[in-house]
Amino acid sequence: MAAEAPVIRVRGLVTRIGSKLIHDHVDLDVYRGEVIAIVGGSGSGKSVLLRSIVGLMRPTGGSVEVLGHDVLGMDEHALRWLQMRWGVLFQEGALFSSQTVAENVQVPLREYTAMPQELMNEIAAMKLSMVGLDGDAASKHPSELSGGMKKRAGLARALVLDPELVFLDEPTAGLDPIAANSFDELIRSLQRSLGLTVFMVTHDLDTLRSIADRIAVLVDKKLKIGTIESLRKDPDPWIQDYFSGPRGRAALSS
Amino acid sequence: MGNSNDSAAQRPWFEVERRGRTLHLTAGGPWTVHHAAQLDAGLRRIDPYGMTEAQIDAGRIEEMDSTGGWLLVRTKVVLEQAGLRVTVFTAPEVYVPLLSVIESEHMVEPAEVVVRVTLAAFLERIGRATHHVLLQTAGILGYVGRVTVEWFKTLYAPRRHFRITATIHQIEEVGINALPIVGLLMVLVGVVLAYQGADQLKRFSLEIYTVNALGIGVLRELGVLITAIIIAGRSGSAFTAQIGTMKVNEEIDAMQTMGLNIDDVLILPRVTGLVIALPILTFYADIMALIGGAIMCYFELDITFPMFIRQLHQAVTIDTFLVGMIKAPVFAYVIGMVGCYEGLNVERNAASVGKLTTRSVVESVFLVIVLDAGFSIMFSILGI
Repeated sequence: MAAEAPVIRVRGLVTRIGSKLIHDHVDLDVYRGEVIAIVGGSGSGKSVLLRSIVGLMRPTGGSVEVLGHDVLGMDEHALRWLQMRWGVLFQEGALFSSQTVAENVQVPLREYTAMPQELMNEIAAMKLSMVGLDGDAASKHPSELSGGMKKRAGLARALVLDPELVFLDEPTAGLDPIAANSFDELIRSLQRSLGLTVFMVTHDLDTLRSIADRIAVLVDKKLKIGTIESLRKDPDPWIQDYFSGPRGRAALSS
Repeated sequence: MGNSNDSAAQRPWFEVERRGRTLHLTAGGPWTVHHAAQLDAGLRRIDPYGMTEAQIDAGRIEEMDSTGGWLLVRTKVVLEQAGLRVTVFTAPEVYVPLLSVIESEHMVEPAEVVVRVTLAAFLERIGRATHHVLLQTAGILGYVGRVTVEWFKTLYAPRRHFRITATIHQIEEVGINALPIVGLLMVLVGVVLAYQGADQLKRFSLEIYTVNALGIGVLRELGVLITAIIIAGRSGSAFTAQIGTMKVNEEIDAMQTMGLNIDDVLILPRVTGLVIALPILTFYADIMALIGGAIMCYFELDITFPMFIRQLHQAVTIDTFLVGMIKAPVFAYVIGMVGCYEGLNVERNAASVGKLTTRSVVESVFLVIVLDAGFSIMFSILGI
């Protein structure tokens, strides 16, 4: 198990949007069972990196392998089957607004399995309760939920097929500190009990400290990867500002 | 695990055996979300009748995810609820943490995805829809009243309330930018009308009267009606979408907290702009349709342009033209009002913008045609 191939393997990724260079030969390995967090300034291309890995965007150059498959060279059918093995939580949850929360969670089940409705109801209820939502929330429409509940429901939908890998785009942005904290704990406990690999984009220093195993900082179009301790010693001014600025010190010293 | 299981490696299985009063459940194979459908019905059919004890041995499960885990835990809970003591519950060690997580969640009642198809539900929907239409009518009337009051305020103190730049921008947006589409469509309408008229009137050698039919039809009815319908689709929908998006982004709320009057800032420039632009567009549409008709008359009936003009002169009076033109500002007012009203009705979600934009177009086209019918009746009573 020790010499296992990485779950995500990015090599020489180059992304150009218009004439602007976003990623300049980015390399990244994510290993099974770890929580990796991508941080970086606004507009530095964190979300673009996530979108390139899950196949929503085509990078200008380089290669992306997820679970041993080349995402960029795949045909649509193969990509669909690969997509079943990962879940994505978008920033605002991206729930389908015309369906109730329970129906939202059942969408992947309906699409990929032949389950009877009764079992789908049960599985949806179980997943919703895992993310801390009760039956009352399950029958509501997304517009009736708060931001934190939408994210939880989005996470339940991302997890419903028991993916090996989940992508989280700013999971705690827009949540109050208590909700953010409990969301961090939720991700950690689900990650442990389900054996997930978590790839997340975040701004939240508390999240970094409490759940990230490794951190990849996107500065100057490149990734610098390490732990909080090793990155704090990095001389790069942005990284210094980020970890040793007033917020960084407060979050990391506690 | 022996070699005997290899052949069954790709299929999930379970066996139920009754020894005395003990129910033995043995399970194996892959228990995952993709195999759940094969297991579900069988597990539900397990009959605990007459048993007092259950032993569940899931030790030969080769692959399990939380859905498979749920099936196992559910079966255990169902047996317990039937009064059996579950004395043995074994599973491969790697899955024990997962099972304990699921077991702590099993208390939740599944949310029902209800699908009601009954007569009562049908009647309820009719009732709701009727109620909704009435509310909608009352809402629009109230709104028209409010905006009319704002209009008069504007007349009273134009400097404070009237936004000239925004209004001119709207005239450009709904009027000038619509010239190509309106022009092209009206030329085609003129061509089609002239062709159909010529086709019929030729039989009586009255083809010159094609010009009369075209002139009266376009100037009185079609010019303004088709223009209004195009503008309802083009600008009425744009009003709803613009104001609706601002509503979703909380921009409207922001304006209110800054003390800006929404009617002054958003509604009046749009409605005023449309009321000014639509008559001009209608005039332009009339001309374009007549040009299209004249081209068709020239090629189909050999009516030259001077002949066309002379005949048109005899056929139409200034009243014919004015009857068409007078409808334009009324239609514009209705389209603008409905567009803005529906925009302000948007709720704070993206789906609502699309829904109300559709509704705004349908309502304004409907009202335009109803009003046009009303005008026809009125003019015939007045004898114009």
